[in-house]
Amino acid sequence: MSVLLSILVDGVSYGMILFMISVGLSITMGLMRVINLAHGGFALMGGALAHVLTMSFGMSFLSASMAAVLVVVIIAPPMERVLYRHIYGFDELGQVLATVGIVFLIIATVNVFLGSTILPIRSPDLFAAPVDLGFRTLPFHRVVVIAAGIFVLAGLWLLIEKTRFGIYLRAAVDNKNAAGSLGINTSRIYLIAFGLGAGLAALGGILGAELLPIEAYYPLRYMVLFLIVVAVGGLGSVLGSFCAALGLGVLDTFGRYMLPDVGTIFFFLAIIAVLALRPNGLMGRAQ
Amino acid sequence: MTELARRPSALIRAFSVGSIWPMVIVVLAACAAFFLFPYDLALLTRIVIMMVFVLSFDLVLGYAGVATLGHAAMYGCGAYAAGLVALHISSDPLVGLLVGALAGALIAWLSGLVLMRTNGMTLLMISIAVAMVLQEAASKARWLTGGADGLAGITVSPIFGRFEFDFVGQVAFIYSVCILFGVLLFCRLVVGSPFGLALRGIKGSSSRMRAMGTPVYRRKVTVYVLAGAIAGMAGALAAQVTGLVGIEVFNFSLSADVMVMLILGGAGRLYGAIIGTLIFMVVHHVAASIDPFNWLFVIGAMLLIVVFALPQGLISLPDRLIRTFGRRD
Repeated sequence: MSVLLSILVDGVSYGMILFMISVGLSITMGLMRVINLAHGGFALMGGALAHVLTMSFGMSFLSASMAAVLVVVIIAPPMERVLYRHIYGFDELGQVLATVGIVFLIIATVNVFLGSTILPIRSPDLFAAPVDLGFRTLPFHRVVVIAAGIFVLAGLWLLIEKTRFGIYLRAAVDNKNAAGSLGINTSRIYLIAFGLGAGLAALGGILGAELLPIEAYYPLRYMVLFLIVVAVGGLGSVLGSFCAALGLGVLDTFGRYMLPDVGTIFFFLAIIAVLALRPNGLMGRAQ
Repeated sequence: MTELARRPSALIRAFSVGSIWPMVIVVLAACAAFFLFPYDLALLTRIVIMMVFVLSFDLVLGYAGVATLGHAAMYGCGAYAAGLVALHISSDPLVGLLVGALAGALIAWLSGLVLMRTNGMTLLMISIAVAMVLQEAASKARWLTGGADGLAGITVSPIFGRFEFDFVGQVAFIYSVCILFGVLLFCRLVVGSPFGLALRGIKGSSSRMRAMGTPVYRRKVTVYVLAGAIAGMAGALAAQVTGLVGIEVFNFSLSADVMVMLILGGAGRLYGAIIGTLIFMVVHHVAASIDPFNWLFVIGAMLLIVVFALPQGLISLPDRLIRTFGRRD
């Protein structure tokens, strides 16, 4: 029983990381219909910046993380304007290739400045402190991750359900042309959503560095994982991404604990089954 | 319909004088490369093998318009099948090639039954997942595949019992070029046949083709199986020539590279696949030998330039230039 609870806790914290990184991808993919394979690049940027700020400049974890996320949020919109804007019009394939090209450029840039070794982020000692849950102890880091995931979910829910921006966003996801003809500035919605997604990816990259270590090839290595969360959750659905990320996190952890030999196979077969039965994902709408 | 009926038969067109020239050029280029770069035959052989692989992807993507990111699945299965056959059953290279083709076709059929029901994002994801499942299976089935160490020490007997694989790789190169030629011929037949025309119709509009009574799903599965057999042959060739098979044959980056090569050259044209592979492999080789860590930058930049400036691939460059400059005159 305690093993199952352990799996659940580990799986949930893993899932929260996946959720934070993938939800921005889900929103932008649902909104702009662009298959953005470069999304993990923002997580890498956030992680790499946090690495530089904590290790080379000696900033504290909290301020370094905030600065890193902020920088990524500032970098993303110009990128959207210069590069992504043109990619929206491409077919599926052009999008895949253009964003793969962007991934390559990001990887090579990080490689030039920081090399291809793992880039550790110095975290406060508090993160390693054990928290007693009764059936097992857990590093405080996991608690932070889970709390951050719930916070992000709640924040996004409020943003999307309760604000004017959220109304515009949902309208644009549902039907871009109709939203545009009703006077909603879809181009600005795109820009804000893109920045938001990039920021969330950076946050996820920093907080998840312990589970998914930051290194130059990060975006390529975990890209498939993030895309799977989005595909299983359904494009443009925050709740779908959340459920998919938690489900996949727990499933993957369960596989690794209980079936070490065939765990990953089991994981991918489950994904194939879900997608074969529900091609639009768990909560995606037919397109 | 009359338009279609009046077309000469695919076989005649594949061999007709006008269309034979590009193939002659391919063979002449291969001969020239053989004599000009006698010390780079290993690289040249690898390029030729990739050409076979990219041609198979061209059938799926360029002609049927099915975008997948898991084409390495069939290549890897072919490589493992050929490697295992050479190690345990028969060292005849042609048997290995056949087994590789069958393995590629089988896995393409099994995965194609699910894949071809979906499209877009889901299709991309499932195709990646299939390659991942195979990679995990290959890494876990140590007793059969050698796990992460891979299969090593694959040796093949002389082709037709006469031509022995030599140390410099001359026979391996000629062997690979012959296979490339055969595959090219076969692909020409396929794309020129009514089946190939149906594929192009499906790429244009699958709902229109369905309305016309074409069994779209069956056609797509068929072309996927054909491409799988060719990809399996490419994998088998690689296994025989290098004597090694590792789990990286299922790597996602291989599938992505193949897509890049095809788009670079121009999808939907057989010679686009060949030119794209050649350019990609050469640029990759040169960039990697200048700076082993940052060749990705060159590839990434090249990719963006092609996607933004030449969406039809490099093979469309002459047309584009003629149109641009022709207009100015």
